Amino acid sequence: MEKVYGRTAAIQKDMVSSLCPGCMHSTMFKLIGEVLEKLDILSRTASVFGIGCCGLGMQYITYDNVTAPHGRACAVATGVKRSTPETIVYTYQGDGDLASIGLGETISAANRGENITVIFVNNGIYGMTGGQMAPTTLVGMKASTAPGGRNPKEHGYPLHMCEILNQLTAPVYLERCTCNTPANVIKTRKAIEKAFQNQIQGAGFSMVEVVTSCPTNWGLDPIESLKFLEEKMLTEFPLGVYRDRQEA
Amino acid sequence: MKRTFMKGCEAIAEAAVRSGCRFFAGYPITPQNEIPEYFARRLPEVGGQFVQGESEVASISMVYGAAQTGTRAMTSSSSCGISLKSEGISYCASAHVPIVYANISRGGPGVGTIQPAQQDYFQATKASGNGGFRMMVFAPSTVQEAADMTYAAFDYAQRDRNPVLILADGVLGAIIEPVVLPPMRPDEEVSAMKKAQRSWALVGHDPAKEPRSFIEPGHWSIQEQEQSCKDNAALYDSWEKDAQEESLMIDDAEIVIAAYGISGRIARSAVSLLRKDGVKVGMIRPKTVSPFPEKAFDKLNYKRVKAILDVEMSIPAQMVYDVRLAVKDRCPIETCLRSGGEVIRREEIIASVRALSKA
Repeated sequence: MEKVYGRTAAIQKDMVSSLCPGCMHSTMFKLIGEVLEKLDILSRTASVFGIGCCGLGMQYITYDNVTAPHGRACAVATGVKRSTPETIVYTYQGDGDLASIGLGETISAANRGENITVIFVNNGIYGMTGGQMAPTTLVGMKASTAPGGRNPKEHGYPLHMCEILNQLTAPVYLERCTCNTPANVIKTRKAIEKAFQNQIQGAGFSMVEVVTSCPTNWGLDPIESLKFLEEKMLTEFPLGVYRDRQEA
Repeated sequence: MKRTFMKGCEAIAEAAVRSGCRFFAGYPITPQNEIPEYFARRLPEVGGQFVQGESEVASISMVYGAAQTGTRAMTSSSSCGISLKSEGISYCASAHVPIVYANISRGGPGVGTIQPAQQDYFQATKASGNGGFRMMVFAPSTVQEAADMTYAAFDYAQRDRNPVLILADGVLGAIIEPVVLPPMRPDEEVSAMKKAQRSWALVGHDPAKEPRSFIEPGHWSIQEQEQSCKDNAALYDSWEKDAQEESLMIDDAEIVIAAYGISGRIARSAVSLLRKDGVKVGMIRPKTVSPFPEKAFDKLNYKRVKAILDVEMSIPAQMVYDVRLAVKDRCPIETCLRSGGEVIRREEIIASVRALSKA
């Protein structure tokens, strides 16, 4: 019988996941691994992980990895890529990492048009530290540091990173995806593949934002979390291709 | 030997390039701007990369990234800018990423002044970031030393897989003097040095064939973290052999000046004038302030030495604590201090020595 599906060689075989039930990071690590294998770049890829739950992946993957200081992944990736252009470099960052403490590094790397791939996982909350308000927390959504819910008068509004980076001239590819259904998982994989292909071709800065759930810190079970993601998160963060210079 | 006139900042940058540095990222701050400006012109000539970072924080992170690939990489800043880099420096020390950086220091604390000072001694030698790590810290007193120490710093960084700091000041950064530059390493040697780092470097490895590069600025396991601290401590202990100093006219000295960097240079001139007047004064000038050259103080004849005069452009004094540890109460220690951007005057040092000599 023909083998049509197998575990990606980019994930360690003997690791037990410590991610929470319903967390989509595991899906993301798998998708990225599958893309690296498909494009035959696994042996020349360097991953730069942020701080937070996104960083948990360092234990699960089989290929080169470094942890960046909190928020600095795009700066670290800039140094890796500029000094060793033949290496494929991607960052993997959560919303606190990429859009709060690392907002300057993210925008500046995008504005320089660094030839790197950025995978941005947006679940609207701080995960590892225990549910504090993120730059992408929805209005009214409760967080441990916004116990009454996000109040625009006090906390402002959620940041939309694809839309913000779309104001810059240099980025070549910006897409927002999600992983709530098999169809959307396949779309996300395609977007990740495109973002890596751009780098292989030397096209410049690509970012794939993936809207995900955090059942633990949302205080919802995994099924309820999917509903919340569809009804609330995707309303605030519309899916779609925001920029695709390579298409033109 | 060809001698050239060069500004301190530019000699540091050129020596770095000659040592094989092929990546620099930095952010403007006075009085070190000539370093990034020189690299911006020079690195493209040798196939290197210069990036003006969006901040000091980003710049040190870029250097952390570049050095992980085995590329010799550097950054520079001044005082309050160095504080911002402390995050990335701590990461480099924790993850064993060899980098070199220079602090062309100025007045402080806070934004301080843009004029020369030595207010960053503790930061340089004791706590350049969180976590209790240490680094080798070189303190040049001439443009020649700045060039030689920068050249060697990359080799020490590579040897130890640890950051190395060039602790200079606004005078040395701006002064123009004759310098014999160290030899330019050929391109083949520079690329061979990079390739030699491949086993640990973040350049991509085939997981089916070889261990991956896994650069860890921390550990999930507390046992691994404690072991890492122990390994680091053993490294720091091994530096005793690397301590460097200049001991000047100490054999018959009754007063011994302890001074580093620009203060040491001015004090040398004071020693020479005082000796002409028959005052028995000498000097110990640490060239590495970490490791501190403690043993040089054991060579003094404490039956003869009336006092040590610690001379620093820092108020309050900072190096004096290391001097105390080295002197071990064998004689009194006095200070002669200026700060805020006031460069200490030779006459002030002479007056302090004379007062101690008569006492």
